Amino acid sequence: MSEQQPNGRSLPPALAQVVEDFNDLEIPDRLQLLLEFSDGLPPLPQRYAEHPELLEPVPECQSPIFLHVEVEGDDGDAVVHLYFSAPPEAPTTRGFAGILHEGLDGLSAAEVLAVPMDFTDHLGLGEAVSMLRLRGMAAMLFRIKRQVQEKMAG
Amino acid sequence: MTMPFDDDARFADYAHPQRIVGTKWLERHLGSEDLVVVESDEDVLLYEVGHIPSAVKIDWHLDLNDPVTRDYIDGEAFARLMSAKGITRDTTIVVYGDKSNWWAAYAMWVFTLFGHEDVRLLDGGRALWQAEGRAMTRAVESREPTDYPVVDRDDSVERAYLPAVLDFLGGQLVDVRSEPEYTGERTHMPDYPQEGALRGGHIPGAVSVPWAKAANDDGTFRSRAELEQIYLTEQGLDPSEPVVAYCRIGERSAHSWFALKHLLGFEDVRNYDGSWTEWGNLVRVPIVKGAEPGEVAR
Repeated sequence: MSEQQPNGRSLPPALAQVVEDFNDLEIPDRLQLLLEFSDGLPPLPQRYAEHPELLEPVPECQSPIFLHVEVEGDDGDAVVHLYFSAPPEAPTTRGFAGILHEGLDGLSAAEVLAVPMDFTDHLGLGEAVSMLRLRGMAAMLFRIKRQVQEKMAG
Repeated sequence: MTMPFDDDARFADYAHPQRIVGTKWLERHLGSEDLVVVESDEDVLLYEVGHIPSAVKIDWHLDLNDPVTRDYIDGEAFARLMSAKGITRDTTIVVYGDKSNWWAAYAMWVFTLFGHEDVRLLDGGRALWQAEGRAMTRAVESREPTDYPVVDRDDSVERAYLPAVLDFLGGQLVDVRSEPEYTGERTHMPDYPQEGALRGGHIPGAVSVPWAKAANDDGTFRSRAELEQIYLTEQGLDPSEPVVAYCRIGERSAHSWFALKHLLGFEDVRNYDGSWTEWGNLVRVPIVKGAEPGEVAR
């Protein structure tokens, strides 16, 4: 399925698997898979659950979502961990967060920064949730990359 | 009208009490073959998370908007949609949704453009149904397709296009967006994407009545007396004169359209669905910034 690789650049394996899984499904079933990601979004660890002010809001999403990035190390090999918080009444946004967590958590900073910004266009979700709503996921990726860069520099 | 009305005393004072039902009424009538419950949300996945048993899903973006032109679907597409959802022309439709029924009111307004006679709103929407601990399910029932007729959409009564709004300047315009959007400080809702309009402010002469003023904290509509205080006493709106309501894309103003038309009985209420994403991008239309409605240039 090379035609689904954005810009011909390869995605990290876990994220490529997510893209492939969505594209293998009929459109109504893609919504069910998104629901699985929504249901499966890990809860915040205690240290963030008790300190919501440490999380960054993503106003580009239509529903409230907060994210936080941890970077272990200060070079390209540093390991990235992602934390998200979104309420159950915002399942689409939770699903987007679940996809990013599945695809990016535990990767190196260099790998996260190399993810093409338009990978969200290749999930086959445009017809299932609308391109308008997908913009929210691209905004989350943008903010994740920015936090990774800031934390490597800091 | 096939289903009985909800004769709850809370609704008796409204101008058209047959357009609204309570959660108790709906629970009692679930399963009636003359009734189809429609969930319409901002969040496209919320229905899948759990919905009122037997409810069908209609998404404003994927089902009601034309995929190419900025417009609603046509009569043939509407007939296909209704058929697929098991709705006949005589079915009583009860719509509910998230966000205090914004999208439910918007769906109801679109159904009205197609002249579907019996459409009602669930007071309090999804949040109240859930808060009361009523049944929710993830099960999706398949429905027998119906023979819904192809009906031309009639935009002339309930919908305002830009030229009509330009001609309407000086009339009763109601801006239902948040205060910072009205004054021009923002071009989007608080906490929503900063997108969609190149200029901020409001249409000259429009009064500011944020949609949420029509709702209680639990998402139900305020009483008739409270609504009269807000729209008639405070704003001086005249129910016998035409009104045009607008917001950013026409969804919040559908909520106000419902309150003005069906709860207060305003005779002529149109929703300007082009709203600020159209007006705020047009070359050389007049705009007023700040908290006052402003003067209409003659």
